[in-house]
Amino acid sequence: MTDKPSTYSATAEVAYKRIRRTRWQRIKLSLSKAPPTAWFGMIVIFLYIICAVFAPFLAPYGEAEVFPEPFAPWSSEFIFGTDQIGRDILSRMIYGARNTVSIAVATTALAFLIGGTLGLAAAINRSWLDQFLSRSVDVLMAIPSLIFALVLLSIFGSTITNLILIIAVLDSTRVFRLTRAVSLNVVVMDYVEAARLRGEGLGWIMRREILPNIMPPLIAEFGLRFCFVFLTIAALSFLGVGIQPPTADWGSMVRENASLIMFAQYDLKAGLTPLLPAGAIALLTVAVNFVVDWFLHKTSGLRDEQ
Amino acid sequence: MNSKKLKNNQPLLEINDLKIEGFSDEFWHPIIKGIDLKLQRGEVLGLIGESGAGKSTLGLAAMGYTQPGCRITGGSISFDGKELIGMPEHNKRKLWGTRITYVAQSAAASFNPAHRLINQTTAAKIRAKISDEKSAKEDARELFKTLQLPEHNTIGERYPHQVSGGQLQRVMTAMAMSPRPDLIIFDEPTTALDVTTQVEVLAAMKDIVKEFNTAAIYITHDLAVVAQMADFIKVLRYGEEVEQAKTRVMLDAPEEEYTKSLWSVRSIQKEEEKSDDVVLSLRNIDASYGAGIKVLDNVSINVSRGKTLAVVGESGSGKSTAARVITGLLPQQNGEILFNNIELSKVLRDRSKDQKRQIQMIYQMADTAMNPRQTVGEIIGRPLEFYLSLKGDEKEKRIIELLELIELDETFIDRLPSELSGGQKQRICIARALAANPEIIICDEVTSALDQIVQEGILKLLMRLQREMGITYIFITHDISTVRAISDEVVVMFQGKVVEQGLKSEIFSPPHPEYTNLLLSSVPEMDPDWLTSLVARRDQN
Repeated sequence: MTDKPSTYSATAEVAYKRIRRTRWQRIKLSLSKAPPTAWFGMIVIFLYIICAVFAPFLAPYGEAEVFPEPFAPWSSEFIFGTDQIGRDILSRMIYGARNTVSIAVATTALAFLIGGTLGLAAAINRSWLDQFLSRSVDVLMAIPSLIFALVLLSIFGSTITNLILIIAVLDSTRVFRLTRAVSLNVVVMDYVEAARLRGEGLGWIMRREILPNIMPPLIAEFGLRFCFVFLTIAALSFLGVGIQPPTADWGSMVRENASLIMFAQYDLKAGLTPLLPAGAIALLTVAVNFVVDWFLHKTSGLRDEQ
Repeated sequence: MNSKKLKNNQPLLEINDLKIEGFSDEFWHPIIKGIDLKLQRGEVLGLIGESGAGKSTLGLAAMGYTQPGCRITGGSISFDGKELIGMPEHNKRKLWGTRITYVAQSAAASFNPAHRLINQTTAAKIRAKISDEKSAKEDARELFKTLQLPEHNTIGERYPHQVSGGQLQRVMTAMAMSPRPDLIIFDEPTTALDVTTQVEVLAAMKDIVKEFNTAAIYITHDLAVVAQMADFIKVLRYGEEVEQAKTRVMLDAPEEEYTKSLWSVRSIQKEEEKSDDVVLSLRNIDASYGAGIKVLDNVSINVSRGKTLAVVGESGSGKSTAARVITGLLPQQNGEILFNNIELSKVLRDRSKDQKRQIQMIYQMADTAMNPRQTVGEIIGRPLEFYLSLKGDEKEKRIIELLELIELDETFIDRLPSELSGGQKQRICIARALAANPEIIICDEVTSALDQIVQEGILKLLMRLQREMGITYIFITHDISTVRAISDEVVVMFQGKVVEQGLKSEIFSPPHPEYTNLLLSSVPEMDPDWLTSLVARRDQN
């Protein structure tokens, strides 16, 4: 606004034009302001990803390699000892990151695809479709999901595909509710009405008019939902219907080595062994939550008092 | 009431060289660039200017308050001899709500819906221990009476949703007056009201300020309103003072070019033209939301091709509903709509793409009418692509043509709506409607959320487009001066019925039906004595 005409002109009206920044510059800017908790979370998540991707290179032994020494104590050969049939715990922890985390990510993504699409459609349609979907979701949500998943898995069998599908469908109910609720605030906006008057189809209104405006809560929910899915998988594995051996996974590792905890009075390290995979689960959950918290604060538009 | 010992000549409020900055996009930007202000007891100062001029920021600064994200970087604000800048928060809080009070623009959003009106009215007074609860409530009822609220003894027992918008605004004025403050800040208190209600609220505020000899700062963009209220007027632009003078002097002989352009706003006049070529006709339309009462009751309207039809009425008169029926968003229960002598389907879905293209709409709130995540280019480009199948360079070229048509330029193409001012936003909405090459554009209160000078720009633009392209407008508004300025024909609506329909000259010349008369006489005029004489006239009847 360098030149200020003495009379009115449309281009000279007071409007604040933002500086154009590339996506990279914007990311750098917000990273430089991230609180330590968010940094901690991001570093932890990064390390987990490294573990998952490079598992075969990082692990000292194979995923299902059996040694003749079950329940070996912590030593330089087996850093965290071996389990009940003589597999190296550290190697299985590293492979576990790959299995558990990737299954959880796939499940969460599927849950969002199903729940998000249906939620948007329900919010836009608002008639019988909304009623039908919302009531179906109510029915599904009325049944405790862990027990429901247990029942379904024992009926259909514990394959990884079934595991992903069943948990995704059960979790998509929560995503549906959230998407529908936040979309309802956007659907009533004039620009959605304008798109309807123009004659746009459902797909356009969903993708172009509504979705970009509800992304922040959905991304935050993605992080949280990931934690829940991750815990559900771990819980199911702990109960024996989740990821099946010999595939390494943290939930079943806790179960398999649970009895070791009784030996803590003789060898503290042996007692710690079953807590290691549990700790890995807890650490990732906490890290994801830190990052989500930071993101939510950033997008909520709350401004700290200067 | 103002029994405080004051040295003579010492102003109640004195602001010197005030500078305020706001934080956005990682930088501090100046909002107020060194403004001086002096206010004596009992004086009313009118602050005017377009949006973004810093009026509200200055109004709040007079209380020693800045909004989050703003900071005071220089100057002084002294209230009754005490410096407010740097005063500890708890000391300022002792002034706020007791010696300085504030009346906000939207009373509906400012009241707590969970508490009774009288408790909210007296809260500050009781908290500051100026009086006990019983006498505070007694006094509040007296104030309600002075402000001519109906049933003044019991209205305070109601909740905010149980009274009308105009009444709520008066209750808020009562709340501000209740501790007998030395200074009241009115921030656009009547902007959200209908003209007929606005008159009552203005008269009540004027009386009460005079009665208690209170000083006031009156912030508005409506010149006619400020002419009624203020003793002197300060014009702001870009955070700087343009000029300041006594109201009458300012009205009669403004010095600066900018002020003159503000004053000439109401000068648009369009010669009405008669036409018998009917493009759209509504025949005996009945409509309602759900099974409730009829919002439209046997409404018949004819719209002439290439002309402007203004639909006037206060809120709840059914004028926006009529627009929804025409666009097909609300199917009518009875009656038919003919467009170029072909009946339009009731339901939007059953209308052809071309019929949808022919009737476009511009909304009141340009903020919510544009997707905040789409750039100007995407917003204007979509109808081009959708209706006219333009792509690539061809589309780009047409977008730039449209931007030039609405007096903006191609630098706007990659801006987001949040980077536009109110008037620019509304212009983009106009461009989006134009992009479809429509026959009819429905303008739903398109100027009522804008400052007057911006309004004038938009109205001129719409008129020019009509001349050049022969577009038909259905102009829905509650602002009579807008109707005078741009319409050919006028429809007056009241409670879902058409009261009168005809050429502008017929509607605006007597004899009027009773309702039209009330509506016409309530429009503020630039004469500072207008309100006083109007109230006197109405009291006689």
